[in-house]
Amino acid sequence: MDARITLRVDGAERQLTLDTRTTLLDALRDRLGVISPKKGCDHGQCGSCTVLLDGRRATTCLALAVAHDGAAITTAQGLADGGLLHPMQRAFIEHDGFQCGYCTPGQICSAVGMLDEVRAGHPSHVTRDLCGPIALSDDEIRERMSGNLCRCGAYVNIVAAIRAAAAS
Amino acid sequence: MSPFEYERAADAASAVARVAGRPGAAFLGAGTNLVDHMKLGVASPDLLVDVTRLPFDKIEPLPQGGVRIGAGVRNSDLAADPTVRRDYPVLAQALLAGASGQLRNLATTAGNLLQRTRCVYFQDVTTPCNKRASGSGCSAIGGYTRDHAILGASEHCVATHPSDMAVALAALDATVIVLGVTGARRVALVDFYRLPGDAPQRDTALAHGDLITAVELPALPLAGNSAYRKVRDRASYAFALVSVAAALSVESGVVREARMALGGVAHKPWRAHRAEAALRGAPASEESFRRAAEAELADARPLRDNAFKVSMARNTMVAVLRDLAREERR
Repeated sequence: MDARITLRVDGAERQLTLDTRTTLLDALRDRLGVISPKKGCDHGQCGSCTVLLDGRRATTCLALAVAHDGAAITTAQGLADGGLLHPMQRAFIEHDGFQCGYCTPGQICSAVGMLDEVRAGHPSHVTRDLCGPIALSDDEIRERMSGNLCRCGAYVNIVAAIRAAAAS
Repeated sequence: MSPFEYERAADAASAVARVAGRPGAAFLGAGTNLVDHMKLGVASPDLLVDVTRLPFDKIEPLPQGGVRIGAGVRNSDLAADPTVRRDYPVLAQALLAGASGQLRNLATTAGNLLQRTRCVYFQDVTTPCNKRASGSGCSAIGGYTRDHAILGASEHCVATHPSDMAVALAALDATVIVLGVTGARRVALVDFYRLPGDAPQRDTALAHGDLITAVELPALPLAGNSAYRKVRDRASYAFALVSVAAALSVESGVVREARMALGGVAHKPWRAHRAEAALRGAPASEESFRRAAEAELADARPLRDNAFKVSMARNTMVAVLRDLAREERR
């Protein structure tokens, strides 16, 4: 069964007709050629398909595209301003926050969305005072990024990159 | 994945009528559990009625005290709500212990409640499972049972309910507001979930077509001193082996009132009524906490691989109560 939807992807309006079974991830990659979000587990367990969906970080492998008609999506690719990399992208390069790079677009989108959550004062599982201010310790970064797996094990440098981007 | 039609609900009543009138229809929230099960072949609805754009996205104070949480409120927004953080910390902590940041941004209150009670065999369509295919048998019994139930299970099913949020709601005396074809009704959260018995294919008391529109929390002063503790194989982003939600009120060294529920141990969030009764009026001491925990676990029936859950549940209950008693003294 087909449905016609519109998505705003990295600033460009894209219209497409797709099978209702199509996930947002498959719509982006296979239908629109936006291959920055990656398919890892395809079951919501690895985070490599993370994008900013209407401004908030979200996995796209379990979201049906048809349910997100009209949504604005920013992928890691779209975070860059033309040739100018986003501070989070620069920090990942400067701190060597990846090895193979497959999980990296998801890590970067997740980190950008995560810092917005911290700025809004949202606590995490490791925040001691639920009503107090958030100090972005390494424990906070690790907990908040636990939905993004890296099989190369670049976690130490990913934490360093996010810590640096948060401070910049 | 089997083909399905997709419709966006115009209003709650027509959504209920649409799903109730079609056996293969299902409501769609964020889909983080349902779409996963559709990919696995565990679920194959022929019509999805999307209810995420219905106006159930608010957290509002109730006139008589307490809070009304709209069914579509996202888990992350509920955890971040200032009232929830201050008056029901156990709920914020439970939400934050579940899933990951990018899933909590999608997952809804009703969807979290309605994620399936499940185990690895339920999700593997190549194996028999009474919950997935009624009467086909239980692969867990005699198989891998490390993650499974120690309380309230049956010979037909030993799966556990995976929600953290629901464990906190069970402890908080929450009520689920349901809209059905005959109108709205209220179901206490502790009555909302079923034990497997001989019908493990049914997780809840809902009929086909029933739509959750909200969850209500009563005013509960002792919930200001409440906490959630989750024990799991990884430090983050894993289901509970055992979890405990508790609220405690102590006066002059004596427990005035307690609320407690367990996760990871049963087919449903397990309200610890026996422990609560044992705590009421008892000295707020390690000894009473241990006795209360043991009373709750007296009927525990561990399986081949999960005997550790009995002592883990006991120790976690004691630890949470000890922490809450210490908080009360401060």
